Amino acid sequence: MHGGVPPMRNIASLVFSFGLAFLRLAIAAQLGFGHTPMIVGSGILTGAEADVGAANIVTAVVFGYRGFDTLGELSILFAAATAAGLVLGHRRLGAADDPEGGLILRAGADLLFPLLLLVGVYIVIHGHLTPGGGFQGGVILAAAFFVSVIAKPSLRLNHGAISVIEGLAGAAFILIGIWALVEDGSFLKPMLDQGVLGQLVSAGTMPLLSSAVGLKVGSELAGLLAHISESEAGEP
Amino acid sequence: MTWIALVVVVVVLAAAVAVLALDSLIGAVVATSVVSLGVSVLFVVLLAPDVALTEAAVGAGLSGVVLALGLRRLGLWRLEGDRGAAHPLVPTDGGAAGHARGGAADA
Repeated sequence: MHGGVPPMRNIASLVFSFGLAFLRLAIAAQLGFGHTPMIVGSGILTGAEADVGAANIVTAVVFGYRGFDTLGELSILFAAATAAGLVLGHRRLGAADDPEGGLILRAGADLLFPLLLLVGVYIVIHGHLTPGGGFQGGVILAAAFFVSVIAKPSLRLNHGAISVIEGLAGAAFILIGIWALVEDGSFLKPMLDQGVLGQLVSAGTMPLLSSAVGLKVGSELAGLLAHISESEAGEP
Repeated sequence: MTWIALVVVVVVLAAAVAVLALDSLIGAVVATSVVSLGVSVLFVVLLAPDVALTEAAVGAGLSGVVLALGLRRLGLWRLEGDRGAAHPLVPTDGGAAGHARGGAADA
């Protein structure tokens, strides 16, 4: 392996890892695998269909039962992206003249961009029906845009438009929550008609929340990745 | 099912060891992505598709890209044709990259 690390430090780390693994195994052996000691899960399983009307119960928890936590996650993402933007500094002036990717990257980006876009939008919109939701689809959308940017750096990402989309999507999420607060008394309570379970238009405001989160996360991460690849190299 | 999980666990452990053992920094980043990919397959085997989607998208995709971009910014990895401008951390030839890694491991 690489030289330079004293062997005693390696051995100590190894002993520590084994000890930690043994401790966790000893604790986990006492809990039955797959049987949680908490009863909230089974309560949500029985009640989610009637309460929220979503077929995907994980999304029902993320956007319905624990919608406020999702707002906290969005704030964390926003804070991280803002901090990264502050730390990274200005964009290099010659960033558009960066070398294009190799043949595989360019051909792959041309093929993958529409596919990733479609898959990302599908996962975001069907968040309440199939596994997925706003976050997963948003990350795939960010990857779609970033692959084409890194394959051809001359197609510069419009950072102004990215910021506008991100801001509007985040504001839409909060506005839907405030509307639920005004109408029904609870912030981010699932509103609108629940519809038929399993239809695309069902589960009330959940597809709207999911789309807002997907747009926000996608634009945020795409802007962040483009910023990293375009930023100037600072002093060490 | 247990055979699939067993094979995936072996692959994950091998990739994790490869992260430490590989000399090439970008190879270590790829091995990190392989670990995340294997873990996401394990999540599917354990019947948690949402978690698996998130882990695959973020761990295998995004985090590998962020690491590679960080390496590129530090000058420890170059795309073909990157104009090799004088960056204080950049070694002047490809062979010195291993020394840079060994030096970084010391600190």
